[in-house]
Amino acid sequence: MRTDDLVEFLSRNLEPVDRGAILRTFCVAVAAGIAAALGVAFFGLGVRPDFTTTHALIFLALKLAFAIGIVGLAIVYLTRLMRPGGERRISPFLIMAPFLAIVLLAAISLGSAPRTHWDRMIVGDEWLECLLSIPIIAIVPFAASIWAVRKGAPTDLVRAGALAGLIAGGISAIGYALHCTDDSLPFVAVWYGGTIALCTLAGAVLGPRLLRW
Amino acid sequence: MSTDEIELKALMLASLDGDAAAHRVLLGRLSNRLRAYFKGKLTRIGKAAADAEDLVQEAVLAIHLKRDTYDTHEPLTPWVHAIARYKLIDFLRRTRALRADVPIGEADEVMAHDDREAAESSYDLRRLMDRLSKNMRCAIMAVKLDGLSTAEAARRCGLSESGVKVNVHRGLRTLAALIAQGTAP
Repeated sequence: MRTDDLVEFLSRNLEPVDRGAILRTFCVAVAAGIAAALGVAFFGLGVRPDFTTTHALIFLALKLAFAIGIVGLAIVYLTRLMRPGGERRISPFLIMAPFLAIVLLAAISLGSAPRTHWDRMIVGDEWLECLLSIPIIAIVPFAASIWAVRKGAPTDLVRAGALAGLIAGGISAIGYALHCTDDSLPFVAVWYGGTIALCTLAGAVLGPRLLRW
Repeated sequence: MSTDEIELKALMLASLDGDAAAHRVLLGRLSNRLRAYFKGKLTRIGKAAADAEDLVQEAVLAIHLKRDTYDTHEPLTPWVHAIARYKLIDFLRRTRALRADVPIGEADEVMAHDDREAAESSYDLRRLMDRLSKNMRCAIMAVKLDGLSTAEAARRCGLSESGVKVNVHRGLRTLAALIAQGTAP
């Protein structure tokens, strides 16, 4: 085939492009992911029974702030990464900010507590549930983000996959936080931070396979 | 900013609005630059420049299909360069060369030279079309090869007008995927 013929072929009866479509698709995917995670929290796991107490509300707000911070930043970056060359416009350092913040707060909280409490503060009651729930709840949000990114044209598939995993992990943590009754900052740092990082890693590994175009 | 960037971006904006003539000129001019870029890269890593035309067409198809990912607030050159580089790396991986051989390079290099010596690619459009579904093939034939309007194409293929548009778009995406899988021609 001659390239001129291809150009002629592609140009004939050209349709105008809907420039906002790609971002709208992405928003729909994120919204669907959040709906799925909240659905699991409300109808599957159940919302924590004590959530009207002040203590519970403070920790719920903290966990949500951590998760929402991650999701918000990841959304900004992934909408760049889903366009060709978008990898030139992201800074990996800023992505780490919510993680650094929670680790710092956890360290302060450990520092101000007696050593004998440390085990309990880090391991909590439900570490295994948290370790399993966040990656499992993340599956639907992950599939939705990958679907949306495939509508774009990412040219750095590892990073785009990683960010899709990060968004999914963050959304999942939003849902899980509504159920989780382990209220300590070190617990959130280790088990929330760790499982979200795990989701990110899984996304980075799967990205090149799922996102190729 | 180079005059190239300004002119090509203006063409791109017009083509996004559905200006077929601008689209034709844009893809034509970009294909000359992509040819020079791919030939240069392929010869530098010791591969046959004969593959360049396949790559040019893959990139042109990608630019066409993914034109909705162009952010109009950004310059065009880095966008084109990212697509060209992605398609080059993908091609090399497919043909079992090492990715490490391709330096990132500056975006400008994709626009640096023209090469109008177009060879034929190894892709055969008609044969590729045989692998599309009946509706996709009919819609693409009518709209893209015979130049019928959407309404005329809808009548010929027995589809609705939006069905024609969807089938053209999906068909082109399938063609690009067939080429990118390396199963073409």
